[in-house]
Amino acid sequence: MILIDTLAQGLLLGGLYALFAAGLSLVFGIMRLVNLAHGDLIILAAYLILTIVTVTGLHPFLAVLLAAPVMFAVGWLLQTHLLNRVLGTDILPPLLVTFGLSVVIQNSLLVGYTADSRKLAAGTIESQAMHLGPVTLGVMPVLTFASAVAVIFALNQLFYRTALGRAFRATSDDTVTAQLMGIQPQRVFAIATGIALVVATIAALFLGTRANFDPSIGPARLLYAFEAVIIGGLGSLWGTLAGGIVIGLAQAIGASINPEWQILSGHIAFVLVLLIRPRGLFPRAND
Amino acid sequence: MNTVLHIDGLTAHYGDFQALFGVNLTLDEGQTLAIIGANGAGKTTLMRAITGVAKVTAGTVSLANDDITRLPAPDILTRGIAMVPEGRRLFPSLTVEENLLIGAHARSGNGYWTLDRVQQMFPVLRERRHSAGTALSGGQQQMVAIGRALMSNPRVLLCDELSLGLAPVVIKEIYAAFPQIRESGTSIIVVEQDIGQAMRVADHVHCMMEGRITLSGRPADLTREAIHDAYFGVSHA
Repeated sequence: MILIDTLAQGLLLGGLYALFAAGLSLVFGIMRLVNLAHGDLIILAAYLILTIVTVTGLHPFLAVLLAAPVMFAVGWLLQTHLLNRVLGTDILPPLLVTFGLSVVIQNSLLVGYTADSRKLAAGTIESQAMHLGPVTLGVMPVLTFASAVAVIFALNQLFYRTALGRAFRATSDDTVTAQLMGIQPQRVFAIATGIALVVATIAALFLGTRANFDPSIGPARLLYAFEAVIIGGLGSLWGTLAGGIVIGLAQAIGASINPEWQILSGHIAFVLVLLIRPRGLFPRAND
Repeated sequence: MNTVLHIDGLTAHYGDFQALFGVNLTLDEGQTLAIIGANGAGKTTLMRAITGVAKVTAGTVSLANDDITRLPAPDILTRGIAMVPEGRRLFPSLTVEENLLIGAHARSGNGYWTLDRVQQMFPVLRERRHSAGTALSGGQQQMVAIGRALMSNPRVLLCDELSLGLAPVVIKEIYAAFPQIRESGTSIIVVEQDIGQAMRVADHVHCMMEGRITLSGRPADLTREAIHDAYFGVSHA
């Protein structure tokens, strides 16, 4: 019974990691850009939701609806004014620029919000639970997992069922030929980063309502996200969900053996998957 | 007859290497023009310079009297020049049908070419519409690439090395589509190494060597000797 409970908690935790990772996976899949500031952008979104909640008094679940379009605009501007300038055949400049961006965001948040830990108060829902046979699940973790599945499903529909998704895939395959089809890669990239930051805002909502956050915790979220993307296979969205679940399960199992092993177990699972399947669980055929 | 595409003194470089030396060319409405020449003659560079992919260092490209020199590639497509690139360059992540649809990405309004018309012209593309584009045979891929370019309803269609690497029977099948493309009102430039094919399909032939046009004329007026000289740059004694 305890094992089933542990696995269930691990699975649900995996949903949170998948949410951290989905935006990263999307951006990497389309423009081969590893955004080292992704974790900090999630934290930025969490502070944005906090600010909206503080100013308007709205519930965080409603505040996120205001924060999402703002973060889309942030992503669009970030891509058009900064990242598009450094994208090219050399992968080093975008890495350095996003690393710099990470430092800038962290320090700006420190100046604006101090180093104090903050939390988004979601009310009674935080402590509510549901009983499924022998397993008791928190409503928030279930909601997080459901959101992760919904986000990945929506991104997949966008990718494989819409004209915009076609343009995403064509640009990812061959930027030069895509331009011969009238596609403007820089515009496609800006939309992609905008969408990635909307997903980051959803991740921020669940991060901020479930645990404390402060300006310095972005890089650790990036690490989990990164591991989830790589375990799943670069560029595969369902793979990213699977990757998040692998880390969540490993952490839950590790913690049940010894609480100190929680974080370490996730990283060990990552290394093991890489040893057995270096290209991840669901690699794209043409990478 | 109206001129649809006019190229004047076009010069292009790859870094320090000059690939085109003041190329002049005129394409009239409804005309099919062939450019022949050996490897490295500058044919593909000329196509890439027209479509905004290669950098133009001097000269002008005008589409129906509009100067389109140095416009970005997507803008040139929207103005009405579509290209079937050398090597087909289908998108591996897209199915056959998606590869065709992406050709209409920037299109506004209606035109002769629709998914239905393209699939009628090349029925195999309807049968295999859900296959990955790159899973098709070379000839079928070429049909996708032509259909994809037509989906933008271009005024000018550029075809770069359509017959490269294809069996003669497949080449014949592909060129059999040309009358319908011409009837749709699209003017065509084909780049070919297959001189016989170029002579059959074109109203006018230009031969290129070392970045220059060395011979021009109607197929009926060009002798084998003149083409040989222009193609290889040797005097036929």
